[in-house]
Amino acid sequence: MSSLDSVEGLRSRLGEVGYLADDGLATVAHLAMAMQRPLLLEGEPGTGKTALAEALAESFELPLIRLQCYEGIDASQALYDWDFTRQILHLRTLEATGGAVDPKAVEESLFDDRFLMSRPVLRALRESPAVLLVDEIDRADDEFEAFLLEVLSTYQVSIPELGTVRAVEPPIVILTSNRTRDLHDALRRRCLYHWLEHPDIERETAIVRARLPQASAALTDRVVRIAQRLRHEGVLMKPPGVAETLDWVRALHELGRTDVDLASASATIGALCKYREDTDRVRSLLPELVGG
Amino acid sequence: MAPEPEPVADPIAGLVGFTGALRAAGVQAHRAKDFIEAVEHLDVTRREDVYWAGRATLCDEPEDIPIYDRVFARWFAAELVDARQLPTTTAEQVSVAPLDADPQGGQQESEEDVVAAMASSVEQLRHRDVAELSPGERQRLNALLEGLDARGPVRRSRRRYVSSRGDIDIPRTVREQLRRGGEPGPLRHRRRRDRPRRVVLLIDVSGSMKPYADSLLRLAHRAVSAAPRTTEAFTLGTRLTRVTPAMRHHDPDVVLSEVGSMVPDWSGGTRLGEALQAFVDRWGQRGIVRGAVVVIASDGWERGGAELLGEQVARLRRLAHAVVWANPHQGKPGYAPVQSGIVAARPHLDGMVEGHSVAAFDELLQVVRSV
Repeated sequence: MSSLDSVEGLRSRLGEVGYLADDGLATVAHLAMAMQRPLLLEGEPGTGKTALAEALAESFELPLIRLQCYEGIDASQALYDWDFTRQILHLRTLEATGGAVDPKAVEESLFDDRFLMSRPVLRALRESPAVLLVDEIDRADDEFEAFLLEVLSTYQVSIPELGTVRAVEPPIVILTSNRTRDLHDALRRRCLYHWLEHPDIERETAIVRARLPQASAALTDRVVRIAQRLRHEGVLMKPPGVAETLDWVRALHELGRTDVDLASASATIGALCKYREDTDRVRSLLPELVGG
Repeated sequence: MAPEPEPVADPIAGLVGFTGALRAAGVQAHRAKDFIEAVEHLDVTRREDVYWAGRATLCDEPEDIPIYDRVFARWFAAELVDARQLPTTTAEQVSVAPLDADPQGGQQESEEDVVAAMASSVEQLRHRDVAELSPGERQRLNALLEGLDARGPVRRSRRRYVSSRGDIDIPRTVREQLRRGGEPGPLRHRRRRDRPRRVVLLIDVSGSMKPYADSLLRLAHRAVSAAPRTTEAFTLGTRLTRVTPAMRHHDPDVVLSEVGSMVPDWSGGTRLGEALQAFVDRWGQRGIVRGAVVVIASDGWERGGAELLGEQVARLRRLAHAVVWANPHQGKPGYAPVQSGIVAARPHLDGMVEGHSVAAFDELLQVVRSV
């Protein structure tokens, strides 16, 4: 990936696949690639944390390997596992066919690559260059974090039966966290850190235009303006993210609207708000929002 | 374009100095080496590049960012004469609005002085009696209240959950081994998890509590927002009102006006004993008090018979996990718990805390978590 010569270069590559990064994010993503460090992204839901990993994979034409974290996840779900059932079947087959002559060879054949089930982290190391997305790391236990730290520091894993797997080129690693739990200092120290804000009005308009060029400009402008206002006034339990803005524009466009009017806005409000309280609140504000 | 900045004699020294200033201002900034490495990948003469390199390597959490912004602005204002605008974060206005409303004062102060001055003024406000604040201070107090850690207490759950550690989960381990044709497989584990413990807040809104009711309700709102499913709030006066549903709105001002219209006995007299009796009869016995931490926020001025109050607190104590009394007058000099209500309730309490300042509220929340 020698094309990461500059921040601007990266930004325009991301732009080509429809991800419009601001100065900060473009700089930090460039740094993560240049320094071969994982990038830890935090921010409100809907600010484009996961989308960055997807956009990086798409623009560099790399496989995107995703590891979704959850409570209780352990190394065998992230790295590899031996397919025990198939190993046993293999052994029984050898017994049945009388093919087993040399016990050592039999043993070795059991730990063949074909019985190895690669999980996301191992796949990322083997298939690298790749983009590894470790989603919602804050949901995993802290032991898992420590394990991940080791892998991300060395970009290698040793499998006792097979030897060491080392990434030819370190994968681009994006970690996302929703801050439901404090991460270890050690992990933070290993990563570059970026806090993602919601995009400003110009950027969000540009994002919606890029993603939904078929929607009318007036509709896009109006919806973005409303979403921005709802976000900044902080009146909602869950302020809409960019994904919600996109959903709402899409919904109104599907209804054949070229601008926001009260009736259709009220009918499609579910695209923007995901709580009953928020829906009520936005409905009561709609005459003002749509009028203004 | 802005004029080219003066070449800096030794950029590394400047960058290291900056990390020092950042630490002094309270950001951990333990990755100075990474910062230098990051800058080397960018353009050291570009202010934005240095800014983002530092933010990605020296900040650890969103709370660091406003501090980082301020220290950066000050440090590099001296280093480079470059007037380009820095990106600003919206969080800044909220979390670091200077508490001394004195704009001309701080010109020559170093960052540490500013931070120290701000910290001490917050500290003072934290300990001020909420009844004696000016409207401006009250606003800042509300912001402080918003920042309190209102996580509720927890209890051990009986149920066991699948986990990567803990006791061995025999059924799952056996099932796993059956799947392997009876060959031994990995051990599966399970463990108990902490579940939130219920908190019930009973807030006295009678006349004598008027100066504190507002802040206490805000506190209740914080607690309900932090644990909406396991926190209940009631107001006590001449009667009992359940205000939990009104607390569900996220804006404390809306909540307060809502509560104001719901509660019929606002600033009226106190019949604590009767109100508590109504509470225990209607709510307590039915279950919301069982295993909960109950907080009574009241000054204990009882117009009715104190005997009834004592009996009701004793009943509460038998139902609840713990009963804590928060008394706004307790922290004041010369106060002695002689009010008939307090005297009657005292033998049945697990704790008595102050209830007149943000610091006291913070302590109250801690007591609730730890009883």
